[in-house]
Amino acid sequence: MKRRDFIQQTAASTTLIGLGGIGLSSFTAAQKSTKITILHTNDVHSHIDAFGPEDGRNANKGGVARRATLIDAYRKENPNTLLLDAGDIFQGTPYFNYYGGELEFKLMSKLKYDASTIGNHDFDNGIEGLYAQLPHANFDFICSNYDFKNTVMDTHAKPYKIFKKDGIKVGVFGLGIELDGLVAPDMYKETKYLEPIEIAQDMTRILKENEHCDLIVCLSHLGYHYKNNSKKISDLKLASVTKNIDLIIGGHTHTFLPKPTVTKNIEGQNVLVNQVGCYGLYLGKIDFYFDKNNNKSANGTSILV
Amino acid sequence: MRITILLVLLYFLNFSSCKQNQLHLNKIEGKRIEINNTITENANIEAYIKPYRKHIQNDLDSIIAYASNTYTKSDGDFNTALGNFMADAVYQEANPIFKSRTGKEIDMVLLNHGGIRSILSKGNISKRTAFELMPFENSIVVVALKKPEIDSLVLYLSKSKKAHPISQLKLTLNKKFEVIDAKIKGKNITNKTYYVATNDYLYNGGDNMRFFKTNDSLYVLNYKIRNALIDNFIKNDTINPIRDDRFTQIN
Repeated sequence: MKRRDFIQQTAASTTLIGLGGIGLSSFTAAQKSTKITILHTNDVHSHIDAFGPEDGRNANKGGVARRATLIDAYRKENPNTLLLDAGDIFQGTPYFNYYGGELEFKLMSKLKYDASTIGNHDFDNGIEGLYAQLPHANFDFICSNYDFKNTVMDTHAKPYKIFKKDGIKVGVFGLGIELDGLVAPDMYKETKYLEPIEIAQDMTRILKENEHCDLIVCLSHLGYHYKNNSKKISDLKLASVTKNIDLIIGGHTHTFLPKPTVTKNIEGQNVLVNQVGCYGLYLGKIDFYFDKNNNKSANGTSILV
Repeated sequence: MRITILLVLLYFLNFSSCKQNQLHLNKIEGKRIEINNTITENANIEAYIKPYRKHIQNDLDSIIAYASNTYTKSDGDFNTALGNFMADAVYQEANPIFKSRTGKEIDMVLLNHGGIRSILSKGNISKRTAFELMPFENSIVVVALKKPEIDSLVLYLSKSKKAHPISQLKLTLNKKFEVIDAKIKGKNITNKTYYVATNDYLYNGGDNMRFFKTNDSLYVLNYKIRNALIDNFIKNDTINPIRDDRFTQIN
């Protein structure tokens, strides 16, 4: 990824940046090599229990209790781990019908999710239904392009959040899908959908230029790709028209990617787009290895998927 | 001049700290991990879920009614006992709610044949049965339609050649599938407003039922189809619907 070149070239352009007064802020003292692990799920749709052995499609797969074991193991291996979800936590099993999402949020809190974005099905009990379950969620909701100002959700979803792990700043922002036509208006009430590309440009500018994040992650519920509707915004499209995003964690289309897609942004730099289908059948895992600049001769980043 | 010195100082500070300490992203590894039965369950999480699961299972499996026979959505060409049960249940359960909120009566019900998602088996009925019949969260809406839209609705049914569940509407076709008689609550269709109960999926154009979109007003009852079925099961105790003459073809 080319943004690493920027860091490499920083030495040469220090005078300019120093004069601009922004050069110093991004420097951390005595950094050593480190690794950031990002674990992610999407469209779990209230699938708390594993599928049974007789299930026609997903026999013996999934299950929150197993996911917990896996996540614990990865956290032990690398404490610098973020656990994220790309929305549609709600709807799909009687757990949601009976408890309205309470158990989903409680379990995600127990699994120590760091953040989630909001999917269209998270409005299935209305925006009040989502709001009512917030006390059970010990993690942040990040959604940059829903304006909740005139709703009960006002101030309860962050436009972005910065996580600091071992000196590395990971900026996370979120993008939700257009609700009109997908969710009844009386469910999402006065939630305003804002244009994802513009918002992504704003967010990446803030996270990159103002906050000097080392990694920028977009949690998206836009959908992976719309073959028959090339105009519709999707993760692949978003990746291609923006810059400075390192990873898009997607959802909505229940796309089972065997491995992350590596695509190019508007500046020709690599962007990873990943989505792990649905129902908690898989966990996505992306490791970012940071090394000392001065023992690295290559100017790029190798991507192994 | 002091500013210059400061800038020079800044330059060196910046330069040295940068060269020594800045980290470089040199490698990204990405993969997905299947969650399957080779992974041990976390016992704490499992124990936490257990009481919730138990409550749901007990509630879902508690017996709320009895079916006299096995009913399927394919046991009739134009109307089926199962479809009739579902449409009548929606009418019986939604009409009092609609009436209490608006002072008006539901004139008829239209659901879709594809919306019947399972059979109703002879024997005990539990809430789980309602989840099987109606796994989706669709809710009942009442749409105010004028005669032209009712005519479109009737034409749609005559051409669909499917046993879409209806209640309070009686329709007779000739062998060319033309409507020879259409009555709502036993009366000919006239130039008045009819309150048609359906679900939000069909209201939004599902199954190409486009006639709902040209309407005078929409009443959202916030009452799920599934819950109407559950309420109806509980009230009726024994479920023994029949295929009748509400939608027929004569030769």
